[in-house]
Parts: sequence; structure tokens; C-alpha cells
Amino acid sequence: MTGSNDRIGSSTVGVSTPAVELSGITKAFPGVIANDRISLRALRGEVLCLLGENGAGKSTLMSILSGLYQPDAGSIRIDGREVRIGSPRDGRELGIGMVYQHLSLIPTLTVLENLMLGSNPGIVLDEVRARARLGDLAARLGVHVDADVRVGALSLGQQQHVEIIKALWKDSTVLILDEPTSMLTPQGIEELQKVLLGLKASGLAIIFITHKLHEAIAIGDRVVALRQGRVVGELGPEVLRTGTPHEIQGRIVEVMFGEDPTRGPQIAELREDLAAERSDARTRLEGSPEILRLDGVSAPGARGQHGIEGATFVVREGEVLGVAGVDGNGQRALAEAIAGQRRSSVGTIHLGGEEVTNLSVGARQRLGLRYVTDDRLHEGVVGRYAVGLNFVLKRIGDEPFWRKGTIDRKAIETTARSLITEFDVRTPSPATPIGKLSGGNIQKALLARELSFDPRVVVFHKPTHGLDVKTIAAVRDRIRALAARGVGVIVISTDLDELIDLSDRVAVLFAGRIVGVVENGPQAATRIGELLVGGEAAA
Amino acid sequence: MVDLLSPTFLTAVLAAGIVAGIPLLFASLGETLAEQAGVLNVGLEGMMISGAFVAFVTALAVGDYWIGLLAGGIAGAVVSLVMVVFCIRLGLDQIVVGIALVLTAEGATSVLHDIWYSRSYPRLPNVEPFRIPLLSEIPVLGGSLFSQPLVVYVALAGVAFAAWAIRRTRWGLELRAAGERPDSLDAAGVSVVRTRTVAELMCGFLAGVGGGYLALVGAGTFVPFVTHGAGFIAIVIAMLARGRPWWCVLGGLLFGISLSITTALQVAGIAIPVDFVEMLPFISVLVVLVLFVRESRLPSALGLPYLRGSR
Repeated sequence: MTGSNDRIGSSTVGVSTPAVELSGITKAFPGVIANDRISLRALRGEVLCLLGENGAGKSTLMSILSGLYQPDAGSIRIDGREVRIGSPRDGRELGIGMVYQHLSLIPTLTVLENLMLGSNPGIVLDEVRARARLGDLAARLGVHVDADVRVGALSLGQQQHVEIIKALWKDSTVLILDEPTSMLTPQGIEELQKVLLGLKASGLAIIFITHKLHEAIAIGDRVVALRQGRVVGELGPEVLRTGTPHEIQGRIVEVMFGEDPTRGPQIAELREDLAAERSDARTRLEGSPEILRLDGVSAPGARGQHGIEGATFVVREGEVLGVAGVDGNGQRALAEAIAGQRRSSVGTIHLGGEEVTNLSVGARQRLGLRYVTDDRLHEGVVGRYAVGLNFVLKRIGDEPFWRKGTIDRKAIETTARSLITEFDVRTPSPATPIGKLSGGNIQKALLARELSFDPRVVVFHKPTHGLDVKTIAAVRDRIRALAARGVGVIVISTDLDELIDLSDRVAVLFAGRIVGVVENGPQAATRIGELLVGGEAAA
Repeated sequence: MVDLLSPTFLTAVLAAGIVAGIPLLFASLGETLAEQAGVLNVGLEGMMISGAFVAFVTALAVGDYWIGLLAGGIAGAVVSLVMVVFCIRLGLDQIVVGIALVLTAEGATSVLHDIWYSRSYPRLPNVEPFRIPLLSEIPVLGGSLFSQPLVVYVALAGVAFAAWAIRRTRWGLELRAAGERPDSLDAAGVSVVRTRTVAELMCGFLAGVGGGYLALVGAGTFVPFVTHGAGFIAIVIAMLARGRPWWCVLGGLLFGISLSITTALQVAGIAIPVDFVEMLPFISVLVVLVLFVRESRLPSALGLPYLRGSR
């Protein structure tokens, strides 16, 4: 605390001077105003929560504050002094530490090397000094960090501690956390809260960016809601520290969506009908025949990733089986083993009672097995091909799109038009190269291809990764509708909220093994978190 | 017929192996630096042959092989500027530009050689080996390992320095970060373009010195295509070395010896067709690749251009 105050010169900084004050920040990108005259203040010893949906302008605003982007208009004051932040380095020098949404640590380097990167003053690495600094900061966070272990070997929670230490390395006065909880288990989030509490007490101003209401309420001292690039409301401590969480939630929704009540229920956590829906699902699934069965399936992993070992589970007709796990724990191997893109070395796979273990990708598809890849831009579509052609990529040579070996453009276009309407793909025409569409529309096009022509089992790998809120809702509705039609669904995701939202059961994948299967319901998230942590402890 | 296992023969093979291995060592050390920074420098052969030619021309004119090597290094660095501009700054495909570099450099040096030296075929005097006292008296090893031109020991010192610098200096850390996660390096406030540029220029310099050594010490002259694929072998060595300079020494020695055995077998008059004997180094490349290819863990961002904001 003293370090950061002294550096600025505490005599000129009054207690009430905001650590950061943004006024009238405006930033436009071609076709969209990401930030529209945004003003806000962050005080020392306080957590300011920036709440808003994806695309509300939160990340842009913080990129401006950290020096990655330059604002078109508006001013920034740090401790009362007006500053221009020309680069991330400037930002760091001014005491702004940033923890990005996607971890920026380099997995092949050790913790110490990661921390020294960009911060070592001399030519020769000063390990002694860095080690001491790491010890200090780890103590301030109240965590233990091993300096010499490679970052890739740490759990996500530990990596986040290292990220925070890195952000605080240069005596930061402001710590910005950009959606830091999206990849963490409930236990990890709890630990993060504890860490933030301690940091807050040491006089740091913390800006916490999130799109989750309950986090904003639990962590924030003040909540500023953003919508479409504008500040639409602010709730101070006087509101946040009084009333039940439910009331506060109501206030925030009111602030965020105004008089438009139809918008609120789109937020999954506000849907109170979910529990009822789930018990419906359970009765529906009773006695439903199994459609996919894996028995002891093992498959090797790709470069640097886990394979899977002895995966055994059943998916019933109409069931959504979620697969939880931290990225790189065998998700890809599992998905590809089921789809047939990767040979399983041991074990058997049955689809509707028929063994498909040794069948090719194409043969499995003809039996109704579909795989929606997470790598939609490369594996999913051919960017330079027309939308229409991408729809029939997996049916090359099949009637009615190909006749006597030549392509039937008319048949493809007719099908394409109906799929575009059915799946709400926003494209100028079926002939537009699919790579020109937005990520959300590419995903819809992929779904159109995979979900048409009678699927029986569909494997989704991170189906909503990187999409905007509206498309996320559309994709999830699509998945629910699919299950309601009796299709067996596997959703592999790193987003726990998504799995809780969609799944009937959730299997937890750790280091290539399924370490447990949890029935969805109250406390499911906690139990999944326990399994993830337990898996880590066992490994 | 020469006795293949006689000390004289072994000494000759080992000594010739080192002579042939040193250019590989220089070039693979350079390639290691470039690859650690994320640049797959396919143009290595082009930098070597340019270095070989310029070193030869300079040494011939000045009569000093140190200045020749230096000139060769500078020539290699100048050629690597093409990679810097097109690949690192403009983000063009590294492999395409690299291949173009090799072909252009081979063509240009051949043409210039034809114009200037095709009638005279000048040669340089042999380079006096530097005999390390006492050690050079050891049988077999003494006559090979410990009586080499001075630049060999300079090269080994360079390897030791590089190994230390990659692990223990800020520069080495930034180098590894540029090859592994350039966006993280950028976020840390260090210019990826500058880091890669420096690495690439050093790679060009080292490849040029390697080529120069090959011409001045190995061959004693320059002839078109004198590098004979050494640049590509060096790329293989660098990939197997995985960023550890001492492995470049091992790889350079291994392939150098397989090159010298080629010559030795021919000298010894073994009745194998010359074409087969000349294949030996490349066969050993294939064998090594088949055996160790799983060992070659390359930097994640190798070969990928880094342009800010295009993530």
C-alpha cells in the first residue's frame, strides 16, 4: 500500500481522489461505436464491477485504459493527473495492471521466467530479485506459488494467481480483471474472491469485468452497467450492501434493461423455470433407450494435448450429456474418437446398438452421427467456398446435389435457401463466401449443415465459444430443441454455466479420464468443481 | 587400399568431419536463434552460399581469412534482410520467401562466379591449424579435435555463450517468448518485430560465417553450389536441437563426419559407386529424422507471421 502511494507522491493525492477517472471516453470501430461517452471512477480500496453483455463495450474500455487502444475522444486521469496512455508499457508504468480474459502467460516458460518477461531491468536476468518480489506479492495475495515450475503444469487457478502477480509487478495502483472467472471452478472463484478482498484492503483500486450478475453482486462494491457502449446505470455500496441478493439482482436488471422486461429472462441465471424443466427432463429420460455407448475407449492426443483413456459412458435418446473440463484435457480426442476422425486404440463405440468402432467418418455420418467442431473456421468450413457449397460439403457426390458426377447448383441453392431461413443465417446470398460472415453466422451455418438430414447423435465441441449473447441463446435453444426431438446430445464445453444450463448429466474430464458423472441440479456446479480439483489432486 | 581403422585414417576422418561440421554448426546455431524467435528460416542455404561467395572474394582480395569470414557473415545478414522485410515486417509466407532466397542466391553466386573466375579458378592457401599445446599430442583425437583452425574454438565459445544467453538473459527470454506466444510478448511491452528481426539478422550472420568457413577452410575455393545442401541439413539439426546450442555441436559433428566419411571412402577406393557414397549424408538425415522426429518439439508460433491486431 505504501509503495504505490509514495511513488505517485501521497501529499498531492487526497483520500477522495479517484485512482482512475475516465470522462467522456468514445471509441468507434468501423460500423460500431464500442464506447459512447463513457465516464466512470474507480476508488482505492474498492472493487468496481463493470457489468454488461458481450459486445457492451467493457473490453474495449479496458483496452483503452491499459493502452492497447487509443480513445477517439475523452480523457483519462490517474490519481487526479491527466495522462495519455500510448501503449501497454505506458499503462504499466502508470500503475495499471491488467489480467486478460485469456491468460497471457507462456506455458512453456517457468513462473519466474514469465514474470521476468518484459520487466527485467538489466541484460542478464536477475533471478534473485525476481524471486524475492514473487515471494512478496504471493504473500500479499495469500497464496503459494512455485517459482520454477512451468506455467503449463499449473492449474488454471494457480495460473491466474501468477497473472495477478504479474499485473501487480510494477507497484500497480489499479488492477483490471477482464472476465477472470469464466474458466474457473466454483472453488477457484471463491479463492479469487478471497485474494481480491485482501488486495482491496491493501489500498488497490480493482476493476472487475464480468457479464455475470451474481459475481457483480458478490464481488463489487459498486456496479456500473454498460449496454451498447453506454453507461446505463450505476449502483453504489449503499444499494449493494442492503437488501437480499434477489432484490439487488432485480435492481441491476432494472438498471440494465430498463422497462424492457423481455430482455431479462435471456440471462440464463435469471430463468427460474430451469429447475422445473430439469425435473421434466428426468421423467422424460426414464426408460429412454440408449443411443450412444462408449466402452473403455482410449485414443491418443494431438501434439501437446491429452488423449483419452478408458472413456466409458452412455447417452440416451433425448439426453444432453455435458462434458466439463479445462481445455486440453482430452476434449478434442474424445470428440474426434466419437466422430471417427481419430482411431481409438482400445474400446468399442456403439451407435444405437450397432458397433461403429471401426467405421469411417463418412459411414458414421450416414448412421446419423454428427460432430460440430470447435474449430469452426478451419475444420468446420471452407472459408472461400459459398455458404451453399459449405452446406453440402459432407455430402459431396450424393444425390440430389451431385448428378452423374457433376454438381447440381440449383439443387444446392434450393436447399441452401431453406436452411438459411430455417437456421436464421444472416448472409447476403447463398453464393457469399462463408468466410465473410460473422462468427455467429458461421456457427449457425455449421449447425444447419450438421443438424439437418436426420441426426441421431450430435457431439458439440464448445458450441458457443466466442459468440455474442443473442447467438449463444439461439444455439442453446437449438440444442435443447434437438434433445426434445429425441436426439442424443453431447456438449463439450469449458464454460460451466453453459453445461449447467444445458445438460441432464455432466461428465468431468481430467487428464484424459472421466473422473466422475454428476446429475445436474442444485449444487451440481460445486460437485463438478470438486471433481476437477479432486482430479488435479489425484494426478 | 588404405587400412580403414588405422589411426591415421581415423584422424583424417575425424579432422575432416570437424571441418565439414563447423559450417553446419554455425548455420544450425543461427537457425536455432531464428526458430526460437518463431522464424522458420528456410533460406538458410541461400545465406550460406552468399556468405561463402563473399567471404571467398574478400579473402582473395585482402588475403586474410578472418576478414573474409566477417565479410561472409555480413553478406549472410544482408541476405537475411529479405526475410526481415518480407516475412517479419510484411508477414509473407516464410517458406515461400525462404525458397525464393535459396534459388536466387544460388543463381546469383553461380553467375558471378562464372563472370569473374571461370577462367582462373583461383584457390586460397591452406589455413594453418592452431595446435593446442599437449592436447594436440593425444593419438587420433589430438590430431583432429585439438589442431583445428582458431575459428573452430571461437565457434565453440560462441555456442557456450549462446547457450547461456538463451537461458539467462533478457534477450534469450524475449527470444523464446517471441517463438512461443508472440502476443504475450507484445502484451509484455516488447516488440515482437524487433526481437525477431535481431534473431533473423544474427541467423543470417552466422549462416554467412558458416558458408565462409566452408569456402575458405573446407574447400579452399568457391565453386557454384559449393554448400551442397548444408543449409538444409543445418535446418534439420536445429529442429532436433530444440533450442539447445550444444546439440548443434553434436549434430554438426555427426553430419560432418558422415560427410567426411563420404570423401574418405572415395579416397580409400572402396568399390561403391560414387553416387551412392555421396548420398550418405542425406541418408543419415533421413535416418535421424525417422528415429528422432518425435523429439523435435518446435516453438508454437514457428513459421507464423505476427501482425498486431490480426489475432
